Amino acid sequence: MKLIATGNQPVGPFYHIILDRMMIPDVVGPGAGPEGITIRGRILNADHAPVPDGMIETWQANVHGKYAHPADTQDKPLQEGFVGFGRVVTDGNGAFSLTTVKPGRVPGPGGEMQAPHINVSVFMPGLLQRAVTRIYFPDEPANAEDPALRLVQDSRRATLVAKDVSGGGTLLEWNVILGGEGETVFFDL
Amino acid sequence: MSTGTIFDVRGYRRPEPGTQPPYAFPTYRSSLRRAPSKPLILLPHSLSEVTGPVFGRDAILAGDDDLTVANGGEAIGSRIIMSGRVVDEDGRPVPHAMLEIWQANAGGRYRHRMDQPHSPLDPHFNGYGRVMTDSEGRYRFKTIKPGPYPWENHFNAWRPSHIHFSLFGPAFATRLITQMYFPGDPLLPFDPIYNSIPDEHARKLLIANFDWETTIPDKANGYRFDIVLRGRNETPMESKR
Repeated sequence: MKLIATGNQPVGPFYHIILDRMMIPDVVGPGAGPEGITIRGRILNADHAPVPDGMIETWQANVHGKYAHPADTQDKPLQEGFVGFGRVVTDGNGAFSLTTVKPGRVPGPGGEMQAPHINVSVFMPGLLQRAVTRIYFPDEPANAEDPALRLVQDSRRATLVAKDVSGGGTLLEWNVILGGEGETVFFDL
Repeated sequence: MSTGTIFDVRGYRRPEPGTQPPYAFPTYRSSLRRAPSKPLILLPHSLSEVTGPVFGRDAILAGDDDLTVANGGEAIGSRIIMSGRVVDEDGRPVPHAMLEIWQANAGGRYRHRMDQPHSPLDPHFNGYGRVMTDSEGRYRFKTIKPGPYPWENHFNAWRPSHIHFSLFGPAFATRLITQMYFPGDPLLPFDPIYNSIPDEHARKLLIANFDWETTIPDKANGYRFDIVLRGRNETPMESKR
């Protein structure tokens, strides 16, 4: 039997009514400690105008490079209470902010190790299905050998790598741009 | 470096052509400035895509499956029982999957500060709920039939009655947000969002079926809406080594 997967539809303008129940701006929860990183940025449309009604969901491994999911059978430790899921919305300036930790490396296709990254889904009214992208980390030598980054042309790769605002790697900036100069790289999943 | 099978994950199948909406759909005006313009980059699936957030039963609170009672009173509107199954493309049930649902009230008004006052709020209708599928992928909740509402897409534009469904499924790759419509709605042929799905058969799968089985005499009409998440490839990703 082969069924047709249900079609995606946009979130619509009023999806915020469900979000009070599950806004997760802090992926780690209390006690992130000194490893905590804040990632802030904006969602901009094709004219680079702010998107004030956007939502970002993030999914990541823990600091050891282990996903809290049964399909991850790697012999690496899970961390009590760490799910790895974040969900934030943009404000009137299109801005969002998320606190998390830098994930460890996880294997990619064929066993090649991937650079530390956060998987991202972007939603907003007008977007007929989610846009999928990734956040990579600045000053990370592993980026040069990452199998997903290698699929991206050199001139666009920087759109996936957060910028270090603080100098110490604790405050990063990463934007989602839907068109025009610096359009973010999106993946077909 | 590795011994193993854990790296050769079985990825999820790509959608059949025409069964998913494009990003830019000209008659849905707001899609045009909010769509990726460059081609997407095809990403082979890895552990990052075949894992995803897992939600426990504790995510569901008492009353989350009944939208018809809120703030100490009963909502206005025609009662309906929504039920269905969540399965993958091979028909296998997706158990313990969380569904987030939200919708307008019987007059087509959302409980949201930005919605236009074309119709009053219902003090006893909040318009959101949450349910989890059982071990066989079944879900069920009680609500009222939402009304159609005007929007600014074009002159005299009305959204057909719909309920929003959001699911994570078993993996990051299976994330789905969709809208469910009602059979016989005269607004459907004119709705650019519904019509953004090119394939007619795939489009019609977004329309629920009236269901005698779940209709409760003197109380509520039943509607059935089955949801299909992506299925997995038969074999693991081909190794590069």
